[in-house]
Amino acid sequence: MKRTFADLHLRLDLRDVAGVERVVSKAATLGYGIVGVPFSPETRENEETKLREICRNAGISLASRIDLRPRTRGQLMNQLRKLRRKFEVICVLCDNKEIARQAAKDRRVDLLNFPAVDYTRRFFDWAEAELASKCFAALELDVKPLFVLEGAARVRLLSCLRREVLIAKEFHVPVVISSGVSGELLLRKPMELAAFAGLFGLDEVSGLNAVSTNPLNIVERNCEKLSEGFVAPGIRVVKGGKDC
Amino acid sequence: MKRAKRRYLLLQDSEASPTGRELLDAVWAAVTKLYGEVGASQTGLSLIDYDEERKTAVLRVWLAAMQQVRASIASITRLVGKDAAVHVLAVSGTLKSLREKT
Repeated sequence: MKRTFADLHLRLDLRDVAGVERVVSKAATLGYGIVGVPFSPETRENEETKLREICRNAGISLASRIDLRPRTRGQLMNQLRKLRRKFEVICVLCDNKEIARQAAKDRRVDLLNFPAVDYTRRFFDWAEAELASKCFAALELDVKPLFVLEGAARVRLLSCLRREVLIAKEFHVPVVISSGVSGELLLRKPMELAAFAGLFGLDEVSGLNAVSTNPLNIVERNCEKLSEGFVAPGIRVVKGGKDC
Repeated sequence: MKRAKRRYLLLQDSEASPTGRELLDAVWAAVTKLYGEVGASQTGLSLIDYDEERKTAVLRVWLAAMQQVRASIASITRLVGKDAAVHVLAVSGTLKSLREKT
């Protein structure tokens, strides 16, 4: 069966419509079936409608996403309560350990993302992986820093990514590879990203899963939850009214 | 001794207009940067053909090193002083089937 590929992290400037169209059509040309774009909660509805239209014209699907960057645990819980039912993908940018731990053990969080350049704030360790493995949270790795960084910085990042992937494998935490780019020149084909994942210890099949199966599972699971009639996994309202 | 298998990659660069030699040099530089000189020596990389009009090139590599070469090609972000991207359009075991694919 042919795989459908997904890039869940395109950082688009939604005010630049021409630029957005260029990136989306490039993603479609490169073979992606789904793209995820972060929105801000305030302007989501307006921007999402426009972007869905652009994606439909390009022949790909859109997954709405929000990147949360809370400062405290309470702030994270509050944002999740407000936003979970509005977005298909929720990613938490973990700036401190408290947030990282809370995000990993909350079932409403889909993706855990860590700062690419500040290695002291990459908190994906054994404890984090154990928490994430119980709550379906996936580790998101953006490849853009690997294209942009050079020399010792890139070596250091590769070393961190290799360690994190090893831990994720041990605890069966899904790994999602995203581009994290804002322009079309840094977009790469899914097969190229899968090959690139070999640099941090993912074999060919795991690399392909990281750009297809794992992100698709997240989107499908959340689309089902957001659909009408959903009660719990496996339970749906199929009929309502007095004659039931 | 068993004959090592090869693969032919059809590449296309999107923005810059390099010569075949410049493109091959960029791929060599990327492979050497990511995998070092020993790794680069195990790729068997060579340029078979370059079409300046279509901006496509055919490279030959050892099958065992194909993923490394693909990763290196993906890491190319500049060509002849311009921001650029190089994509693998097709991979094949023979030149004949590569031409049939495109």
